Amino acid sequence: MKLLNASGCLDALTAPEIAQQLDVFVTKTVTPLPREGNPPVRIAETEAGMLNSIGLANPGIDRFLAETLPRLAALEKPLWVSVGGFDAAQYAASCARLDGRPEVEALELNLSCPNVEEAAEGAAEIVAACRAATSKPLWAKLSPALPQVPEVARAVAAAGADGLSLVNTIRGLALDPGTLRPVLGTAVGGYSGPALKPIALAAVYACAQAVDLPIVGMGGVMTGEDALDLLAVGATHVALGTVLFRDPFAPARVRAELTAAAAERGFEVPADSPPAAPTLNPASRV
Amino acid sequence: MRRREARSVVARESVGPYTLLRLDRGGIDPGAPGQFFMLEAPGRLLPRPMSLCLAPPGELAFLIDPVGPGTRALCALEPGERIHVFGPLGNGFRLEVERPLLVGGGIGVAPLPYLSAALGGPPAALGFRTAHHAEAAVLVPNAQVVIEPGLVTELVDPACSVLACGPEPMLEAVRALAPGAQLAWEAPMACGHGSCYGCVVEVEGQLERLCVVGPVLAAA
Repeated sequence: MKLLNASGCLDALTAPEIAQQLDVFVTKTVTPLPREGNPPVRIAETEAGMLNSIGLANPGIDRFLAETLPRLAALEKPLWVSVGGFDAAQYAASCARLDGRPEVEALELNLSCPNVEEAAEGAAEIVAACRAATSKPLWAKLSPALPQVPEVARAVAAAGADGLSLVNTIRGLALDPGTLRPVLGTAVGGYSGPALKPIALAAVYACAQAVDLPIVGMGGVMTGEDALDLLAVGATHVALGTVLFRDPFAPARVRAELTAAAAERGFEVPADSPPAAPTLNPASRV
Repeated sequence: MRRREARSVVARESVGPYTLLRLDRGGIDPGAPGQFFMLEAPGRLLPRPMSLCLAPPGELAFLIDPVGPGTRALCALEPGERIHVFGPLGNGFRLEVERPLLVGGGIGVAPLPYLSAALGGPPAALGFRTAHHAEAAVLVPNAQVVIEPGLVTELVDPACSVLACGPEPMLEAVRALAPGAQLAWEAPMACGHGSCYGCVVEVEGQLERLCVVGPVLAAA
């Protein structure tokens, strides 16, 4: 099992002490052109989670390759780059440019932005285009809001994905209690935090039975017991998102809690396995 | 060097409508005036960014306005209870200034007592909504106070080096009067370590993370 961050929940350059606790650092999504992102207000806390409306703010692939990637490589952590775009050709072009960079271990395809999440064919088409553009491992990050996540999982597996990342945020909205107007500048944003965990468990559970691919499970993991739950339903690896905002030392804590929680129940958390190994039942009995 | 530790509440004091929360300092560095800390808000998912108000020996003190569920939870902490504290974070005030004048509005007075101590008690101009809010002026030495409808900008001498914290309209008014001022801004913030991209503000036409480039920014 590897411990990762969820894309967009950690800047390893401004918080290197967090990145150092992880097995893999996953970048914020990089798009072909620079994006300033959405206007503030961008975040809102709710009773059981938080909303964000960042809008894929990033420097674009050119500046990412020239400026960000060398600085990230200096951290000497295995590095996955999250790739975004608005059609298959854009994704594939970015993958092709990342293909020759030895600093990059794998690519995560952010297939969960509104333009591409509607149809399984859309996700599979993007994965197929990226597959043709790179020999690096491709992890397809899917939205849990799809009506049939396992069908999309099968489609992206057939298109050449090496793994799944489950799940991204789901859409939500919060109101200012005084004005009864939306808090976020864009009104609707991505909902994350503890409320997402059952949704993530359901998606990982369904996809682990549908496909023979390793899965990075994420969504509402706050503790080692949450991580253990994801492993128990079929995740190979676990990623931390919102908890990193609350507790910058969560990775070390979750790792220790996970080991203890598994041992209490008579399970052992497997040591790291090769990325493509089909470990759908990682929590094996001692 | 920023750290995160669970620290105990030493005391909780009312200052007008605000609460001065005094924590045992432990191994946490108080940092520079204007820097901030993420304080765990009991029962809430996200910590709350607070600038340091005072750094008495062995303590860290924060002035908190109970405006929402997180700040209310912080103001309800009892002595002996523990919360996680992460910091110091961001960039504080530049202290090499001539003829400093501290300017504060409302809960924006929070970083001024620590700043005043670092600068040897320079003059201060403070503005408040009501006389009750103005009770917080007791924390800032050498302060002149105006209460609405009066405006704190009436007290700003543009020949001084202005160091200001307060609501956005006040900071904009100070910026217009004193382009050389240092202004401490506020923004909703989930993490304080540059990761959430929630706290962006417009700086020279670009959206920048306030926790990375601020919270203290040059006015011009």
